[in-house]
Parts: sequence; C-alpha cells; structure tokens
Amino acid sequence: MNWGSASEFFAMGGKGLYVWGSYAVTFLCIGIELAMLASRRRALNKKS
Amino acid sequence: MIYIKLSLPNALQDSAMPSATPPTTPHGINWFKYSSPQAFFPVAGALAPCFAVLAAVLCVVGLYIGFFIAPNDAQQGESYRIIFIHVPAAWMSMLIYLVMAFWAGMGLAFNTRLSGMMATALAPTGAMFTFLALWTGALWGKPTWGTWWVWDARLTSELLLLFLYFGFMALQAAIDDPRRADKAGAVLALVGVINIPIIYFSVQWWNTLHQGASVSLKSAPTMAMTMFTGMMVMVFACWAYAIAAALWRVRCIILERERRSDWVNAYLEAQK
Repeated sequence: MNWGSASEFFAMGGKGLYVWGSYAVTFLCIGIELAMLASRRRALNKKS
Repeated sequence: MIYIKLSLPNALQDSAMPSATPPTTPHGINWFKYSSPQAFFPVAGALAPCFAVLAAVLCVVGLYIGFFIAPNDAQQGESYRIIFIHVPAAWMSMLIYLVMAFWAGMGLAFNTRLSGMMATALAPTGAMFTFLALWTGALWGKPTWGTWWVWDARLTSELLLLFLYFGFMALQAAIDDPRRADKAGAVLALVGVINIPIIYFSVQWWNTLHQGASVSLKSAPTMAMTMFTGMMVMVFACWAYAIAAALWRVRCIILERERRSDWVNAYLEAQK
C-alpha cells in the first residue's frame, strides 16, 4: 500500500492537481460522450 | 442520332441502385453477411454492453494497480501516475485512426455501406482520445518539464492528428449525401494515415522534449513490472471502451441512415 492516509492519497505528493486533473477530465469526456450517444439514440425514438 | 453515355459519379450511381444480393464464396460462407447494416445492427447491440462492462472492470483493476500497487517513480514521484491514462489515450488516438482509415478504405474498395458507417462512428471517439492524450500530456509536462506545451515533433504531430479527426468529421457533416460524405471522408482519412508513423517515430527521428518509448515490441519495458501491468490493463480498458462507444454510435448511424427502410421503422415502432 502506497498511502498512509486518504489526504496523502489525494495530495499525490503535491502533484494532486495534475494527476486528478488528468483523470477528472478523462472521466468527464467519457461521461459527455456517453450522454451524447444516449441523447442521439433517444432523438431517433422520438422522430419515428 | 448520337447518344452520349452520361457516366454518373460512383456515389450517385450506387445510391440509386437497388442493393444486390451479396456474393458468396465457393465454400458457401457468406463473408459479406455482416457487411449489411441490417445484419450487423443486432450484433453490435449485443456486443456493445459486453465491451462496456469489460471496460469498466478493467478500468477499476487498472487504476487499482496504478494507484495502490505500483510504487512511485524515483525521478518523478507521484506525477508519473498520469501515465496510466496518458499512454493508453495516446495509443488509442493512433490506433482508432488506423482502424477508421482501414474501414474508410474498405468502403472505397468494396463499396460496402457499413464500412463507411464504421469509419464515421469511430471518429468522435478517436478525437476524444487524442484530446485526452494532449490534455493529460500537458498536465504531465508542467510538473516534469516545467511547461504545458512545446512545439516539438511529438506534440505537434499529435495536435495535427486532432485536426485530422476534426477535419474528417467536419467534411462528412458538410456533405448531405452520406455515401458521398463517406467517400470524401475516406480520401481524407487515407491521406492522413501518413501522420501516424510520424507521431509514432517522432521521438526517434527528432530531438524532442518528449521521452522515447518506455515500451516496445523488441525489448523488455523499461519500467517496473507493476507499472507496466497497470498501464497495459488500462490500455485494454480503453480498447474495450472505444469498441463499445463505436458500436453504440454505429447503431445510431445505421438507424439514422436507414430510417426509410421497413426494418428500421418496424424496429423503432417496437421500441415504443
């Protein structure tokens, strides 16, 4: 185990902003893509 | 009386022609069966959730290895942990482009509708991974190199890849007839393939700030085994995610483009 405490984990040795900034934007992008796919699919159901 | 045979551009001809029965091979196996959008639609629908679940599981496992098992880096401390998303995203940005260009080329060569649809379906996901490679690279570059961005060969060619994806999507969006859009996009995608080896080998061909490859087929990875394992699990997670997203998108594209056909109408009626 690398981390003594949760705050140590979130601090990432002082590089937390860079590390979490990378992962946050990644999951945000994936969330947006899936939401766009779902709305595209819903629009098809509505039109027919 | 002289008749002049007007030859229409291919794109106009094939959209007017009724779809012919696909050819079969001498062995009786119909390799073209799943090249019909109607036949592929339920297959994609069955496969997409499987790949999505696989992606989620691999992502959890990969991040667990990356954050809790892999040790910190002797030189970079904890900021290197960006590698678990940066390298998979960068690899996917190139791989998806190659697959996209492959399907686009298949569409040009065999005139199969589904090939063009697959190429179109892959582009946004590829663009997303390209953006993520650049974004996570910037966030890694700042604490490591002291700068968010440099105009060196690796970074610039990756940015060009993002513009190639945008160009492909914009070109297709600008052409009303989807078959013609497929063909125009295919030409762009195939020309742009030249950029992929440039990105991949840029760190060898030019002196760049970007480090060389830590992983290659020819030699053992120059990183701790747990780091390497975590990274590869994340690569497969991104792989599975990209397949799921592309399959879901191609289902939307199939329904949109075949809206006038009986089977789509029946399918959408049944969904209500």
